[in-house]
Amino acid sequence: MNAYLKLDRIDKSFKRGGTTSEVLRDVNLEIAQGEFVSIIGHSGCGKSTLLNIVAGLADTTKGVVFLDGTAVEEPGPDRAVVFQNHSLLPWLTVYDNVRLAVDKVFGRAKSKAERHDWTLQQLELVHMGHAKDKRPGEISGGMKQRVGIARALAMQPKVLLMDEPFGALDALTRAHLQDSVMEIHARLGNTVLMVTHDVDEAVLLSDRIVMMTNGPAATIGEVLDVQLARPRKRLDLVNNQTYLSARAAVLEFLYARHKAPSIAA
Amino acid sequence: MGMPARKLEPVPAAKAAGAAVVELKRATPGFADRVKPVLTALWTNLLPPAVTIAILLGIWQIAFDRPGATLPAPTVVWSQAFDLIAEPFYVAGSQDMGLGWRVLTSLQRVAVGFGFAAIVGVLVGAIVGQSVWAMRGLDPVFQILRTVPPLAWLPISLAAFRDANPSAIFVIFITAIWPILINTAVGIRNIPQDYRNVAQVLRLNHLEFFVKIMLPAAAPYIFTGLRIGIGLAWLAIVAAEMLTGGVGIGFFIWDAWNSSRIPDIVVALVYIGLVGFALDRMVAFVATRVTRGTAAN
Ligand SMILES: Nc1ncnc2c1ncn2[C@@H]1O[C@H](COP(=O)(O)OP(=O)(O)OP(=O)(O)O)[C@@H](O)[C@H]1O
Ligand SMILES: [Mg+2]
Repeated sequence: MNAYLKLDRIDKSFKRGGTTSEVLRDVNLEIAQGEFVSIIGHSGCGKSTLLNIVAGLADTTKGVVFLDGTAVEEPGPDRAVVFQNHSLLPWLTVYDNVRLAVDKVFGRAKSKAERHDWTLQQLELVHMGHAKDKRPGEISGGMKQRVGIARALAMQPKVLLMDEPFGALDALTRAHLQDSVMEIHARLGNTVLMVTHDVDEAVLLSDRIVMMTNGPAATIGEVLDVQLARPRKRLDLVNNQTYLSARAAVLEFLYARHKAPSIAA
Repeated sequence: MGMPARKLEPVPAAKAAGAAVVELKRATPGFADRVKPVLTALWTNLLPPAVTIAILLGIWQIAFDRPGATLPAPTVVWSQAFDLIAEPFYVAGSQDMGLGWRVLTSLQRVAVGFGFAAIVGVLVGAIVGQSVWAMRGLDPVFQILRTVPPLAWLPISLAAFRDANPSAIFVIFITAIWPILINTAVGIRNIPQDYRNVAQVLRLNHLEFFVKIMLPAAAPYIFTGLRIGIGLAWLAIVAAEMLTGGVGIGFFIWDAWNSSRIPDIVVALVYIGLVGFALDRMVAFVATRVTRGTAAN
């Protein structure tokens, strides 16, 4: 496999006062272009930390992240992030939130009219064109998350990073957005790295599921290939044997072999 | 933002126009029905303060309407200072002019001093709020300086500027800057990490970050500071002008006191109160306009 995104022997520890807490130890992962990879693990094991390292928002203690052959050193629009709590700027309209990213990334490459069209196009992609003049305070949580995705996609990132993008949503809205993400992934073929703690979501969306052991010093315990043909339909999978066994494998990893620290005790 | 929405189809627009026409055909509410809510609003908003003021004036009148009273009763103020009340903008000499002019002179000083305070306060506040070490080092200093009464700065600034007008302006500046600076710093410090992350992913430069993230995110705090600042500035200008002389409303009061024109002082106090109230409301109005949507999340 030729690695598009490569995490090479990542260690991460936090120093606070005199104490050092080791969060990640020796994390190695290679992701091909166009692949959809999920990271799953118990709360506090270091999933967000790992994603932030890839985003460049946090630095490694040891090890390097390579994207498309170059080492990642700082945050940038080639690694757009969809944050868990949408992180839209409340004083800007939906349109302006996306437009800010478009202007910043394509300020030179595209004309003003092109940037306008591109912004609208991204909003249409997540079915939010109708609410473009609303402010984040005036739309629902699911809609905000859609706009967050549109903003990230608008940067045409090399990898799309998502940290529990649907964690705060109700089950129905979440299912809707998962379908949207699958549709977009099928259409655009983005490389996606997503953190989740929802087993069904991981199996439904991913090509591979990265399962992390518990902290401290968490690392990748196992990687599961999800060999389900795309496009995937949620309803068709209810009794699909591959789906069920993948789901069982993840559950077994999380709840039998690597119980959450509090449950294990 | 800049671009007009170009994909607005004409069809819904036409529909909207049609709807408007239909609207017009509807039975128009009678004149009485339309005036009523306005009257009710006036009634509920103006009547209580009017009654309060009438009662206060009544008490004042009863208390001082006798020979040998130390302060003038309202009727005395009305008759003796009528020219000041009726003609805010007459000019009859270098020290004989309407209170409107004097207030404007004072406002001019406040505008300059407060303007500087706002600019410097927001900029320094932003820097202090951004840096943990600047905050640790400077915050105690600011907390001490801000408790120094405005007039205590006056001798120092007179010594430094050797001129009354810049000294008065400096007193305004130094009085108004602390709440602006401290509130801005707190606002900047409270910018959620999420917004900073967004800025980092977008690689906003310092200026873009300041204009597009910091200012709007901290706007509610900044305006709180500006509102406290303008109040303090107006308090300080009157006191400062009493000592520096010139044309302002503060010196007018001092002058009136020296020539025992107590009714004039009463009129000036009313002016000062009304202007201070107007200034406060102005900043509050701008604040609600500018920060609309900022707080909602
Ligand atoms: N800035 C920090 N300083 C010190 N420790 C930190 C910091 N950020 C995270 N940690 C620690 O690192 C560990 C992993 O945190 P992280 O947020 O990555 O977990 P997570 O897997 O994303 O959890 P969750 O599923 O609850 O979001 C935790 O024990 C946390 O306390
Ligand atoms: Mg997390």
